[in-house]
Amino acid sequence: MATEFVARGADLELVGIRKEFPGFTAIENLDLKIPAGEFFALLGPSGCGKTTTLRLVAGLEQPTAGRILIGGKDVTDMKPHQRPVNTVFQSYALFPHMNVLENVAFGLRQRKIEEPLAKAQDALKLVELEHLALRRPQQLSGGQQQRVALARALVNRPSLLLLDEPLGALDLKLRRQMQIELKAIQMEVGLTFLHVTHDQEEAMDMADTVAVMNKGRIEQMGAPEKLYDRPKTVFVSKFLGQSNLFVGEVTEQNATSLSINVSGSKLTVPKERAERHEGRIALGVRPEKANFHEDEAPASSAGLNIIGPGEIIDIRFTGVSNQYLIDIPNLGQVTVFAQNIGKSPVTELGAKVWVSWKVEHSFGLSDLPIDSVTESIAVL
Amino acid sequence: MKSFSLGRFALPVYAVIAFVYLLIPIAYTFVFSFNNSLKTNLIWRGFTLDKWANVCQQQGVCEAFGNSILIGVISTVFATTLGTMIAIALVRYRFKFRSAVSLLLFLPMATPEVVLGAGLASQFFSLGAQKGIATIIIAHIMFCLSFVVVTVKARVASLDPALEEAGRDLYGSPSQVFWKITFPLLLPGIMAAALLSFALSFDDFIITNFNSGSAMTFPKYVYTAAARGIPAEANVVGSGVFLLAIAIVISIQVRSAAKAKRLRRS
Repeated sequence: MATEFVARGADLELVGIRKEFPGFTAIENLDLKIPAGEFFALLGPSGCGKTTTLRLVAGLEQPTAGRILIGGKDVTDMKPHQRPVNTVFQSYALFPHMNVLENVAFGLRQRKIEEPLAKAQDALKLVELEHLALRRPQQLSGGQQQRVALARALVNRPSLLLLDEPLGALDLKLRRQMQIELKAIQMEVGLTFLHVTHDQEEAMDMADTVAVMNKGRIEQMGAPEKLYDRPKTVFVSKFLGQSNLFVGEVTEQNATSLSINVSGSKLTVPKERAERHEGRIALGVRPEKANFHEDEAPASSAGLNIIGPGEIIDIRFTGVSNQYLIDIPNLGQVTVFAQNIGKSPVTELGAKVWVSWKVEHSFGLSDLPIDSVTESIAVL
Repeated sequence: MKSFSLGRFALPVYAVIAFVYLLIPIAYTFVFSFNNSLKTNLIWRGFTLDKWANVCQQQGVCEAFGNSILIGVISTVFATTLGTMIAIALVRYRFKFRSAVSLLLFLPMATPEVVLGAGLASQFFSLGAQKGIATIIIAHIMFCLSFVVVTVKARVASLDPALEEAGRDLYGSPSQVFWKITFPLLLPGIMAAALLSFALSFDDFIITNFNSGSAMTFPKYVYTAAARGIPAEANVVGSGVFLLAIAIVISIQVRSAAKAKRLRRS
């Protein structure tokens, strides 16, 4: 076999990838570079093209256009079995007619590597399943099957490991545990991981870099904290966590900040945190960055955005925090999270409150929410 | 006062009658294979093992039986191989006229055997083919094929395509993936199809009769012999095949029961 197998990960590069299926385009134009040894997550809703991207890298689908490079080597025309890539499938796809050990040894046997069973046993040790080596896959629990699938891929020491929502079928507790284990294994073996998921918490928790995908394109890519702190599009601001968005015309600006007018309220955002600096723009803030004030409006200051008064119309207790839904006339509904540390504002439904947040917590988006576009047309 | 229920007696009686009705021909065949018969095998003339011991002494019985086995095995091998290939193609690949092919494959099963047999016979006649074992095999492959496709197709449809993808992902070339993953997983379906094919072929009289010329198969031999009284040797062969089939079924049941038990224990 022509492929070389390395102990360390290799970088993956997708250049101008386009994938059309009869009747629709799954991926429009994708450029992506994943550095070696990185834990990279492709995050997006179902149907956004993330699984297709993964299958293209594995060689299970052929791109309509574009090139795929692994470790600098063009693998676009290689068959799946010729690529130094292994996949952990969503359904695990363990071979039901072989025991766990034979499943793990399969790839080694195919490549005629010496002592396949001993190496498979070692891989099972890594995922702490060596005591179940002689069981059949169907006798294992979901979490155990997931780990066998992981061992079966890892034992081959691929340059690149692809994970297709491998935690999707597990319950919440097991999922948290597997997330931690998966991350630990990735650190230990130092391979490049490409993880596809629709679970934003999972992506942010595990990945070094997250790419948010929507409708066959990457909307935004970066470290999880950066993506969360400074989303650039409406989709990212809503898919990765929650956001309160306000739409208005830019009315004034100076060297460092700009302000928009939303039904008479002035909201300010630092220029470096805004994608666009003129016209109608959307400004947002995360619910946990906002506070509310009872009785009277907070003293206005340059560093504070204040809206209100409004009325609390819903309170949801989620354990670590209370989620307040506040209806502000002419502005719409605003969500505020208040941490449950005993002294959080004690309020009840119907209370009259003002909402405020620091200017530096605002972010300006490059596009407008769809409902605000139609609204503005209605107003006109 | 007391409710005398007719149903309480009617059901067991009905069940016994139904079973007697079902089993009488088999019991007759088996019992009369031990009959010390002369030319005809209709009256009980005493117990003997001679017919079992010297089954081939009666002219033609063993030859016909051998022909039937040969025809059955060859048609099964061809029908199963071709049918499995067709079944995989029908499930896995999207091609033009796929649904039409699916439907057409169903037709031989729905067509009366007399019509199929007569139709084939006239084709062989116009081709000028010499009727014999070869024409019987061709006919049998034809009608077994549909059954194989239907049986194997169900198995292919229930096979998760991700398993084959995993095989390709784990460095298996297409042929390695087929022999190490697809084939073993389809094997139960393929075996069922092969057994069904063999049974259909071994059993067939109508189509065979149209296309056999002077070649003799076991069903045809029994049919011909019936005109002058079926020899007890035919009963011996029939009972033998029956016992063999029962033995196979029991051994499969025992094996799968043992396997289920083993799975449950671990």
